[in-house]
Formats: sequence, structure tokens, C-alpha cells
Amino acid sequence: MNPRFKPGDAVTVRRAYPPGHLRTPHYIRGKAGVVERICGSFANPEELAYGRNGLPALPLYRVRFAQRQVWSDYAGAPGDTIDIEIYEHWLEPP
Amino acid sequence: MHDDHPHSHDHHPDREGPLSDYQLMEIAVRELLVEKRILTADEIRRTVEAMDARSPALGARVVARAWVDPAFRARLLANGTAACEELGIAMGAVKLVVVESTPEVHNLVVCTLCSCYPRALLGLPPDWYKSRAYRARAVREPRAVLSEFGTELTDDVTVRVHDSTADMRYLVLPLRPPGTEGWSEERLAGLVTRDSMIGVSIPRPT
Repeated sequence: MNPRFKPGDAVTVRRAYPPGHLRTPHYIRGKAGVVERICGSFANPEELAYGRNGLPALPLYRVRFAQRQVWSDYAGAPGDTIDIEIYEHWLEPP
Repeated sequence: MHDDHPHSHDHHPDREGPLSDYQLMEIAVRELLVEKRILTADEIRRTVEAMDARSPALGARVVARAWVDPAFRARLLANGTAACEELGIAMGAVKLVVVESTPEVHNLVVCTLCSCYPRALLGLPPDWYKSRAYRARAVREPRAVLSEFGTELTDDVTVRVHDSTADMRYLVLPLRPPGTEGWSEERLAGLVTRDSMIGVSIPRPT
């Protein structure tokens, strides 16, 4: 595994809407966050869902987003966050 | 509800209705697996039985140990899967991430895409965890959801939501309630509820 990002790196989630089985929730596409940790490498679920082997395995990250950046009308405290697991091919440098 | 019937009669097993497409598919796949001798009916039954035998008592044991043993707590936060296996809990392929709540941070777990849940430690998820309302609202207005579960947090506590979208499963390590100093591990485990390990509630001595 040779992850492109490391904990603390700023990243942006690709704003893309391809068809098929995806694990990147709609609400987070196009949003900017920070890598919280690298979870390891996992077979690509977008391929596994169709009976393929999903290899090569992809680095999986936990990315932390500020809730106020995710929802323009977020009513909670400014420090509130949401952490989401995102596969590397969905992440770009900011 | 009758006194000697501690459960409500919401389900009507005598009126099941037609099978859904997914139920039909499950039956068809199961019968094919048995017919083709890939699995036996008893193996399938045994797996279902083992899944049903898991309960939040397992998670509560992990939390209570973490409360009394700082070295275990550190190992649990570093590698949740390995630490649970230390206690003899079979985790299979599950990658467990344990998130620690503190006086400053409250953690809440949701799976917006489906209903991913740390079944190895908590058993089957409650119906509300799988509902569209919880899945949509836990990420968008977590404080309102928490309040509906009776958990009121002030704005100086950060709410950290965890959306289990992929290969990790999440367990909240709740804050040990004040006033429980000197309690045995077993007594502490009795305070740790399923909901407090999902993060919609906080353990409280009753």
C-alpha cells in the first residue's frame, strides 16, 4: 500500500455522480475535509458489488469534515464534525 | 399490555402477508446452496443461531474493562479488533474502530448507506437504527436526534458523528459516569447499554 494522503492532509471529495454501487454518500461529494487516519487497504466495493475481485485494493481513509461546511444551515456548535470512510479514488488534493 | 406479557403484540405472525422480493430471493439462494451441497441446512441454522446469540452484553464487557484498565483502554483505542479478541470475543473479519467520548467530545454512530453495525459486540441493530429517519437525521441534525433520545448536550461539547460507509465498524466508548469510583467491572458493565455504545445515550447510575 502506498497511500497518496497522510493523516492531517486536507482533501476534497470528488464531485462525481457515476452510476452503480458507491460508498461515497451524496451529501459529502464536493466537500473539503482533513484525513483523520488511514484504515488500511480494501478491495474496491464498486467492483465487488458486481462479482469482480475489486483488486488492486485501495487505501481507505477516515476523513473528518466540519458540519458547518457540510450543511449550510447546520444548527449545532461550530466545532461539530462528521467522520466518513472514503476510498482513495474519491479524494483529491484541495 | 398485560402484566405477564412484558412485550407488546406489535407483530402478527398469523398475518404475515405476501413475501417480499428479498425474502423470496433469500429462500431461493438458501435452497440452492443446500441443494448444491455448498452448505448444509444445519450449518445455516447454526450461523443464524450464533448471530442471534450476540448481545450488547459483549460490548458492555469491553467498555467496563476499558474503564478499569487504562492499558487495555489504550490498546482498544489503537486496535479495537485485537483488544476485543484479547477478551475472547471472536471478531471474524470485522475491523473495529473504538471512539472515546470525553467531557469535551460526544460520539454518535450511524450508517447512512445501509445499516452497518458492530454486530459482533452488540448483536442485531434496533429497528430505529435502520430507519431512514435516523440515517438521514443523525448526520444532518445530530443534536436534535440526541435530544429526542433524552440526551441533551450543551454547545461546549463537540458532537462527532461517525458514518460507517465502508469497511470499519464503530463502537462508542462512553464516558464513565461520575460516582462510580471503586465499582467492580461487573457492576460497571451493568450500566453500559446498547444505546450508549451507539452514542444516542449516556450511561447513568440508576
